[in-house]
Amino acid sequence: MSTVDAPRSPYARTQRSGTNWEKWGWMYMRASGVVLVVLIFGHLFVNMVAGEGVRGIDFAFVAGKWASPFWQVWDLLMLWLALIHGANGMRTIINDYSSSVTLGKVLRGAVFLSAAALIILGTLVIFTFDPCPSVSPEQLGLLPSFCPPQ
Amino acid sequence: MSAVTAPRSEKKPRPGGTLYRGYTGMWSWVLHRITGVAIFFFLLVHILDTALVRVSPEAYNAVIGTYKTPLMGLGEIGLVGAILFHALNGLRIILVDFWSKGVKYQRTMFWVVIGLWVVLMAGFLPRQIANIILEVNGQ
Repeated sequence: MSTVDAPRSPYARTQRSGTNWEKWGWMYMRASGVVLVVLIFGHLFVNMVAGEGVRGIDFAFVAGKWASPFWQVWDLLMLWLALIHGANGMRTIINDYSSSVTLGKVLRGAVFLSAAALIILGTLVIFTFDPCPSVSPEQLGLLPSFCPPQ
Repeated sequence: MSAVTAPRSEKKPRPGGTLYRGYTGMWSWVLHRITGVAIFFFLLVHILDTALVRVSPEAYNAVIGTYKTPLMGLGEIGLVGAILFHALNGLRIILVDFWSKGVKYQRTMFWVVIGLWVVLMAGFLPRQIANIILEVNGQ
């Protein structure tokens, strides 16, 4: 004989097997968001406000920053956290507005591929960067002042 | 027998004045989406232009030079404004989700976000406007 639940018994969530990826995505947006506020506010202050602001940015400026592991790690963290945060946000928006299943798949695929490609590119750039590359004589003046004479 | 006070929401009903429908709750959500999409597309471009440091100092300087033109200078004001709003409103969303009084104060927090945004923009604008004027004068 089967039993019937008592009337007005409290709602119980259906148990699903496996990892709840949507929940971890939701958590990631908030955790990465807090870290990104610090990283990007620092980035904007150093690049856009301190010194000359945007007019002070050139190869020598970037080389001066990436000669230090501090800014390499800073920018690497920004790269990974921001691109994954942005790509997941775009995924949410695509899920909300794409009118067809196929269109949604195509758009999500495009977001995933562009984010993955840029994470790989950016990581390679940060780790293979040489602040004092060998350059043609007319570009010698563009190198940072700490580079040894060529 | 002591009188039972009615819940605050029954005293003064606000049609549609829920957390996400209408008023500041909805408009902050709309702005969060628009600024988020704009920042994402800028990020894609920004990583590509920075990657030019691996090509040559000349190539990087040529492209970063376009960021210093007056028109791009105005665009950067919009970009920084979008980032500051998205960042501050994101912190507001976290407080709505995790702080026990977050929902109660979400409207107040929206205006705190706007206030902080104005203060931070006031810290950025003098430098940026000075740079735009220098560029317009060809200095």
